[in-house]
Amino acid sequence: MSEIILQVSDLTMNFGGIKALDTLDFEVCSGEIVALIGPNGAGKTTFFNCVTGIYTPSSGDVYLHKPGGEGRTRLNGMKPNHVAEKGMARTFQNIRLFPKMTVLENVMIGRHCRSKSFILGAIFRDKKTRAEERSIVDYSYALLEKVGLASQVNELAANLSYGAQRRLEIARALATEPFLLLLDEPAAGMNPQETAKLVKLIRRICDEGHAVLLIEHDMKLVMTLSDRIVVMDYGRKIAEGTPAEVRTNPEVIKAYLGEDD
Amino acid sequence: MFPLKEFKKSLLVALWFVALTFPLMVIQVDPIERIVNWRWNNMFFVAIGSFVLSVVGKAFFARKEQQLSKKRTAQNEEVQDTIFQRVLREPRYLWPISLACLAFAIAFPFLFSTYQTNVMTTALMYVVLGLGLNIVVGLAGLLDLGYVAFYAVGAYSYALLNHHFDLGFWTVLPVGGILAAFFGIILGFPVLRLRGDYLAIVTLGFGEIIRLVLENWNEFSMGPSGIANIDRPGLFGLDLSLNMSILYLYYLMIFFLIITIFVVNRLQDSRLGRAWVALREDEIACQAMGIDKTKTKLVAFSLGAFWAGIIGVVFAAKTTFVNPASFTFLESAIILSIVVLGGMGSIVGVICGAFILILLPEYLRALSEFRMLAFGGILVLMMVFRPEGLISNVRRVYQFKKNDRGEK
Ligand SMILES: Nc1ncnc2c1ncn2[C@@H]1O[C@H](COP(=O)(O)OP(=O)(O)OP(=O)(O)O)[C@@H](O)[C@H]1O
Ligand SMILES: [Mg+2]
Repeated sequence: MSEIILQVSDLTMNFGGIKALDTLDFEVCSGEIVALIGPNGAGKTTFFNCVTGIYTPSSGDVYLHKPGGEGRTRLNGMKPNHVAEKGMARTFQNIRLFPKMTVLENVMIGRHCRSKSFILGAIFRDKKTRAEERSIVDYSYALLEKVGLASQVNELAANLSYGAQRRLEIARALATEPFLLLLDEPAAGMNPQETAKLVKLIRRICDEGHAVLLIEHDMKLVMTLSDRIVVMDYGRKIAEGTPAEVRTNPEVIKAYLGEDD
Repeated sequence: MFPLKEFKKSLLVALWFVALTFPLMVIQVDPIERIVNWRWNNMFFVAIGSFVLSVVGKAFFARKEQQLSKKRTAQNEEVQDTIFQRVLREPRYLWPISLACLAFAIAFPFLFSTYQTNVMTTALMYVVLGLGLNIVVGLAGLLDLGYVAFYAVGAYSYALLNHHFDLGFWTVLPVGGILAAFFGIILGFPVLRLRGDYLAIVTLGFGEIIRLVLENWNEFSMGPSGIANIDRPGLFGLDLSLNMSILYLYYLMIFFLIITIFVVNRLQDSRLGRAWVALREDEIACQAMGIDKTKTKLVAFSLGAFWAGIIGVVFAAKTTFVNPASFTFLESAIILSIVVLGGMGSIVGVICGAFILILLPEYLRALSEFRMLAFGGILVLMMVFRPEGLISNVRRVYQFKKNDRGEK
């Protein structure tokens, strides 16, 4: 059984005169991998920013519903850190790691909203704080093993290769224990081997119970991974469906896939 | 290997220097005899000095460039740590070194004169101030140019409470710290959205506002004439002689310093400390990972201010006199230089920075009028050759055994 975990209706975002998002509605259900595609400047990243609280949308509604939980939360105008606490985490198109922190510390930051210790705990380092620190380290290390960075835990994030940085961003986002993971062009800049590994990783993340919404320009990846594809152009949704449906949709071919005609 | 062109450039630099320093170094007007002394030999010193420095500097940069390009070609090569960093990372060395430093610090008053002890106490105060500002600037990355305001809050809270209500040093110490922390929050709120230069300007203004209020609100702070006859710190009601109370203050500062190092070290290596560093590195990513930006920044501001407040109280007790002239922008600038020179975010770096910046001018007195010039020169050289500070921050290393997670 799958239930709607993210519901977006009538979402609009204006930048001065530009309508970056224009009455967009769609939803993501639990356990599925949804791809959001569209030509450059279609408004995909803007959509992520509106949903995660980095921008406040001009109008429309965004609701998040925790699977198995009761009630849903309206996300409009909520601060990014609260959105992360509610269970939605993201990566960034232009990688935004903490370059001068180690790989492990980067992931440990993701644990911040799931841990509590504060000034006094830090100074006196009581039993509870020590236990918490330990669990933060263990949890983060386990995530790094999962994304294949366990051998580089103490490396500075800035020294990682491009592909590794993208995987580290995924690990960091996973550390916040999201039920919905938003990936903004996770395969950009990766070579074919890395992309193949990434596909496996995303599959695994989905199998472990996280729903995934991803923006991607690599059509092969999109077609193999996604259960459902949403196509955007000029801030509007122009098509939606299974990969097979989208591939044959004339609107889409006109706007995006068939750039050659 | 060193091209002629570079020599020519250095020669030009030397000529420029001679021209620029000509009125200062060569011409000396004697107003009594009404004659002008032409000190031509100074001109040669300047010419030779600047030429040599320029050549050495150019050679150094050329070498550095070479090393850099070599490093770039040889990829995957381990980045070479400095000796300092390797020592710091090794607890085997760290403990004996710290113990030796502590022993020296304790023996210091018996080895040197009272004057030296007094100077050392001042230096220790700046170490603590530096460590406090390090939380705000080094860790959280918030460029605060008004730090001296909190120092003033601490000093005046002791001065006023002592003057009006006869409250003792130990009673006011926490009060001063907490008041300063409160002011930290007051400053924090309006500047939460600002970063970098803008933040620097607003904090600078804040520091000046506090000073101007103290200077002009006569009924409250007694204006520019300040508050005198503040009590020295008490020791169980004993009557201490001047020499004894200097000694007492010195050991008090050692004690405060140890506590500060302990606390800052623990903060640095905690959930909160990591959040500060992350905030410094990337604010948006930080928020997207669930860190409350507002709370984290305010805590950094108020904790940093707390140390300034504490040291402010100590300052008032040490000098037994406060007036607004002690809390000018120059003071903020010196504390900031300590943090930047020592190495942002590094405790050992800040300690070294404070000792160098406070003791150097003291011991450069031998150079009399050139002391500030030499001081400035050293600062500039530092920033050219080691922009990351004397000792750069080392991130903590975690050890994992295969198939067994956890810290070793
Ligand atoms: N902060 C902003 N201010 C003004 N305009 C913006 C802002 N952010 C995005 N835009 C505009 O909104 C439109 C959509 O941009 P967006 O980054 O969402 O595109 P995208 O679909 O992610 O493209 P790409 O595939 O290149 O990443 C663009 O025209 C862009 O110029
Ligand atoms: Mg984009």
